[in-house]
Amino acid sequence: MKVEALFLLFLGVFFGLVGLVYWFTSYDDGGGMMLLGTSLLGFLPGLYYFFWHKRFGGKKFFYWGKEHGAGDRPSDRPDATLDEGAGEIESFPGSSIWPFVLGMGAFLTLVSLVFGIWLIFPGIALIISAAVGVTAESRRGGHV
Amino acid sequence: MTDVTDVTHTSDVLAPTTPDTGHEDLPDLHAPPGAGHGPEGDHAAHGHEDHGPTGILKWLTSTDHKVIGLSYMITSLILFYMAGIMALFIRLQLASPHSSLLTFGQYNELFTMHGSLMLYLFAGPFAFGGLANYVVPLQVGAPDMAFPRLNALSYWLYLTGSITMMGGFLVAGGAASFGWVAYAPLSSVQSSPGIGGDVWIMALVLTGFSAIFTGVNLVATIFYLRAPGMTMFRMPIFTWNMLVTGILILIAFPVLTSALVMLFCDRHFGTHIFTVSGCQTVTGATHFLSNGHLYPVACGSPLLWQNLFWFFGHPEVYILALPFFGIVTEVLPVFSRRPVFGYKGMVFATMAIAALSTGVWAHHMFTTGAVLLPFFSLLSLLIAVPTGIKFFNWIGTMWHGQLTFNTPMLFCIGFLLAFLMGGVTGIMLASPPIDFATHDTYFVVAHFHQVLVGTAVFAGFAGVYYWYPKMFGRMLDDTLGKWHFWLLFIGFWVTFMPQYVVGLRGMPRRVASYPSDLGWQSWNIVSTVGGFVIALSFAFLLWNFWKSWRHPIPAGDNPWDAHTLEWFTTSPPPHHNYTHLPPIRSERPTWDYNHPDAIVVPHGPHAEAVARARSKEPVG
Repeated sequence: MKVEALFLLFLGVFFGLVGLVYWFTSYDDGGGMMLLGTSLLGFLPGLYYFFWHKRFGGKKFFYWGKEHGAGDRPSDRPDATLDEGAGEIESFPGSSIWPFVLGMGAFLTLVSLVFGIWLIFPGIALIISAAVGVTAESRRGGHV
Repeated sequence: MTDVTDVTHTSDVLAPTTPDTGHEDLPDLHAPPGAGHGPEGDHAAHGHEDHGPTGILKWLTSTDHKVIGLSYMITSLILFYMAGIMALFIRLQLASPHSSLLTFGQYNELFTMHGSLMLYLFAGPFAFGGLANYVVPLQVGAPDMAFPRLNALSYWLYLTGSITMMGGFLVAGGAASFGWVAYAPLSSVQSSPGIGGDVWIMALVLTGFSAIFTGVNLVATIFYLRAPGMTMFRMPIFTWNMLVTGILILIAFPVLTSALVMLFCDRHFGTHIFTVSGCQTVTGATHFLSNGHLYPVACGSPLLWQNLFWFFGHPEVYILALPFFGIVTEVLPVFSRRPVFGYKGMVFATMAIAALSTGVWAHHMFTTGAVLLPFFSLLSLLIAVPTGIKFFNWIGTMWHGQLTFNTPMLFCIGFLLAFLMGGVTGIMLASPPIDFATHDTYFVVAHFHQVLVGTAVFAGFAGVYYWYPKMFGRMLDDTLGKWHFWLLFIGFWVTFMPQYVVGLRGMPRRVASYPSDLGWQSWNIVSTVGGFVIALSFAFLLWNFWKSWRHPIPAGDNPWDAHTLEWFTTSPPPHHNYTHLPPIRSERPTWDYNHPDAIVVPHGPHAEAVARARSKEPVG
């Protein structure tokens, strides 16, 4: 997870610096705010990955040698064999109608603001049914 | 050819002698995902067919990244053809100075919708929703995207958004007609009444959310679902570029979506975010006193729209470019028979382009007089450096390679030339004095069309010709593909080079008629002819699809002898993609597997030691 963490932290640092330079040369509220937000977008997940990297036992965060921490995932180690990735990866639903229902619900809800507010009722109904449906499907295991 | 057992045929022909494994029975790794649940165990027994619904219900309910990716690509190609037809109408209108083919209102609708369809609904979704959705999980050795249901949802939001946008032509007052950038005073409800504008806003909110979800999905897939041994610095460059694109989407699209919500509030709920009216307190005062100075009451500003829009809009340009850079970096090494030159340089150049692109948004606003010219000019010019590194590496990849000029390769070379021309004029426009002279002229139009046709069309269709065999198990006809390429290539230069000239002679963009005594007409006629040549070239693409549908040429699993992981599985890949994986010991595992005896240019951690050892061996 080291590369992932460094990648995101780099974004945070870079946009932090650009944001500072920009703010003190332009005093533009809008642009400064957006660059600050972009910097945080890098720091927030970057620190999350940094935390998990430490937690996994990867000690040498800023060490650029070839050694790897004990806790690096198989996909982080160049010498990992395919057997190490065996086992459950994730539960993937094979098919599900609920994304379609949720999409139609979001569609009707949004266009209700243009074409008439009554469309919001079927829209919200579809969104709620999709939320219930997808939860039940996940508990059941879904059609895989 | 779709039989999943075919995946083992490679190992029959070429026994893997890679030292790391040395055994033929590669571990059954990725299938079935979630083994141990009840129903999946059965799948493993009889070979991973999808037992889900068929027909239209399959399309409606599928959460398979391959089905969704194809849906994305087909939808965006249909929209691409529609937007192309709109462009032909625009070109016909401009072929004579005072044409009465279209009314001014229709012309405004057409160029608005042409830009909106091409930029929001074709180029982006085609790349990150279509190709990336299909290819990225295959390239990292994953069974699916990280969030399959979210992936399906983002397709439905994209489809409904597209339908909503096209529906703008059917509503009273016509479609949106304020340009694809929707600049603020013009997009207000006073200047653009009618619900066409509202429909346009809602369409973009829907597709904006779709893009954000796809961005999340791509980043999570790449970070979490890589196969063992597929380290970050072994990922194919296409996957790297899609990772950076995913991050850029997460930076840029929320700004657009929130700005659109603000615009909608301005139009209907009486807010004054992008209008200057309302600059008074409840008592009617327009200024207030503080520390002995009189300040105006804070109020909305039309310029804020440009500030927010281009903070989205410029990263968007690179969201539309980086995936296509990735396609080119996949295709060039395969058809040059060489590994990609400067792998890490490519990765860092991609990251540098993305990072810089987020700090250059106001170079679209130089002429407003309200932005910091040196800052934005400097950062814009700096982007030329990583882009130059990429060009250097692309040429370095082809240098001394054994080039074969199949259709994907031709499209990539067309991309290199087209993007070079667009990029060089981009460097010119990054300089404020030149921008002041050419802003809002056809010079700018020619510039960004050369950039975007270079990326989204030349490189995009290189990707179509390259991955079509993987998606359908059939080849596209190479002769028809070459007709497509050469007509497109000629039409491209004939269309857009004259636009530079009329731009430098002062022709403004977004005009439906122009004076006849300024010498613009002849150049416009040339440009119109070029436009129709481009249209003709895309008829060959349809012919090619029809031919591969009626008279299929079987492709096999790896027709190009390609490098990356997706060519290891069957064409088309089975449900959940892989029954077996090759050992991943470099950035081109499939090639290593198929060429165990090849002399490999040393690279990776021990490259120098290996190179030293090899240099002592007698040559030949």
